[in-house]
Amino acid sequence: MATPVKRVSATTIVVCSVAAMCTIVLAVCVGAVPVPASDVLQSIGWHLNVPFMPRNLGTNDIIIWQLRLPRVILAFVVGSMLASAGATYQGTFRNPLADPYLLGVSAGAGLGATFAIVSGAAVSHALIPVASFLGAMGAVALTYTLGRSGVSGRMSASLVLAGVAVANLLTAIQTLVQQQHNDKIREVYSWVLGTLNTSGWNDLRMVAPYIALSTFMLYRYRRVLDVFSVGDEEATTLGLPVERVRAIVIIAATLGTAAAVSVTGLIGFVGIIVPHALRLLVGNSYRVLIPLSIVGGGIFLVCADLIARTALAPTEIPIGIVTALIGAPFFLYILGSRRTGASV
Amino acid sequence: MTTLNITGLAVSINGRTLVSDVSFSLSVGQWLCIIGPNGAGKSTLLKAVAGICKSTGEMSIDDNDLRQFNERERACWIAYVPQEPILPTGMRVFDYVLLGRTAHLNLLASESTKDIEITDMVIAELALDEFRDRDVATLSGGERQRVTIARALAQASPIILLDEPTTALDVGYQQEVLELIDRLRHEQKIAVITTMHDLTVSGLYPDRLMMLAHGEVVSQGSASDVLTVDNISAHYGAQVQIMDNDGRPIVVPMRTKSGTSLN
Repeated sequence: MATPVKRVSATTIVVCSVAAMCTIVLAVCVGAVPVPASDVLQSIGWHLNVPFMPRNLGTNDIIIWQLRLPRVILAFVVGSMLASAGATYQGTFRNPLADPYLLGVSAGAGLGATFAIVSGAAVSHALIPVASFLGAMGAVALTYTLGRSGVSGRMSASLVLAGVAVANLLTAIQTLVQQQHNDKIREVYSWVLGTLNTSGWNDLRMVAPYIALSTFMLYRYRRVLDVFSVGDEEATTLGLPVERVRAIVIIAATLGTAAAVSVTGLIGFVGIIVPHALRLLVGNSYRVLIPLSIVGGGIFLVCADLIARTALAPTEIPIGIVTALIGAPFFLYILGSRRTGASV
Repeated sequence: MTTLNITGLAVSINGRTLVSDVSFSLSVGQWLCIIGPNGAGKSTLLKAVAGICKSTGEMSIDDNDLRQFNERERACWIAYVPQEPILPTGMRVFDYVLLGRTAHLNLLASESTKDIEITDMVIAELALDEFRDRDVATLSGGERQRVTIARALAQASPIILLDEPTTALDVGYQQEVLELIDRLRHEQKIAVITTMHDLTVSGLYPDRLMMLAHGEVVSQGSASDVLTVDNISAHYGAQVQIMDNDGRPIVVPMRTKSGTSLN
């Protein structure tokens, strides 16, 4: 009797793909001006040069292709990234509270963005993504350099502690800079709360390569993440080069997260809630958790964004607030209904 | 025949010497048991051999210098089960045993049919079939020990290190696990190194004993050579009587007249 190895079944792949596409199309339909789903499909088909697609959509095409679709897809991609990076961090650090911001990505990005905003440069808006990306990468590099020199054999703990210290330091600097530029506080604040309000396809084009590479890497390392679950020492004796693999996945996750954060600001909660909700549903194996986080994170953020732009229309709720407001109760609900296998 | 050779092994952490000048060699099919009082360096010695604790001295298997090996190559030669293995919540017994195949896989590869067959074989061998789909975190003490041994066997390495494999078990499970190790080392030609607390039991199955005290080897040889009243008094500070059980020593603690066992 052969026992199958845990992996995502073909049925699950089909169901997930269909669910993801339906969510995207539906999210594009809804808004100040509702558009029918058929128009959405027609617009997509036409722009992707599908032959014989009629081009008679008028303004709906602009709404779909210029305004909503880039935003919805960005939401999906960023959600995927944050959820899969969160799952990866939880796996490599064996810490259920780990999220993509564990090693200082958020504080570094925040500091970078703040500098860009207060710089007063005419191009300050264009500078924000670059500055926050560099800030995020720099912060994690600093954390890694400091944390690595910790007591040997306790590297994951010393990395996490170094992350806390670096995050606090950078946040303090950011607050200081922010206080000295009172006039910009509002702008900084709105960046910190996260936004998916984008400028068409440009933002997506800018971050997509990083996120694609990062997600691909995390997906490839999904089996190895299961080996981490027996702890660093045992994983080493099983033949896993623990430090090297941890460095690789941290670099991959940081690259993608930094890219995501650079265009959307800090969207909290996705990296914790999506993987944990999935754990409760499908168990703790990263072979299943990583692929499902990629899809689930995307769907989650598209839905959260839909609420953000429609619930109090025409006012837009910051996306980070929505993810926390709907994420926390939703998570508590499934935690209550399935009290098994909650730990990492 | 595969032989592990250790010469002058020493471990120092932060300037404190935990193990010094340990030398032995062990061939497949043999069982070496390390005994000694608490804090003598038994677990540290095993960790040093397993490669998860920095050490100095020579370690080789046949003509291969163990120190030249990376994690994966080393794991193909040596499997290790710590005193308190981490059994991840929510992981099936099958998947846990399958982790033993890590060393035989490329970092990014998936398990092959062969890996799955080996895992299934080990599970059958250790009579774990009925637990195959059970969550490892829900197993009892004896079952846990069997599952961790199964993982070590799936690793298919000729040397297995077991840190206190029986300490947490009652006498029935102790016997079961020890019989299992004894059978496997003969059948599958495995060199076994264990640490143990129970002196009488340590004289029962292993071929050789090594007594450590303050990180140094104070006595090495057969059970009757090592388990003597003098050795145990000198290094454990315990007053015992040694009885004979068909040539194997039985260590019986004695009650001192003053009512205190400290001398």
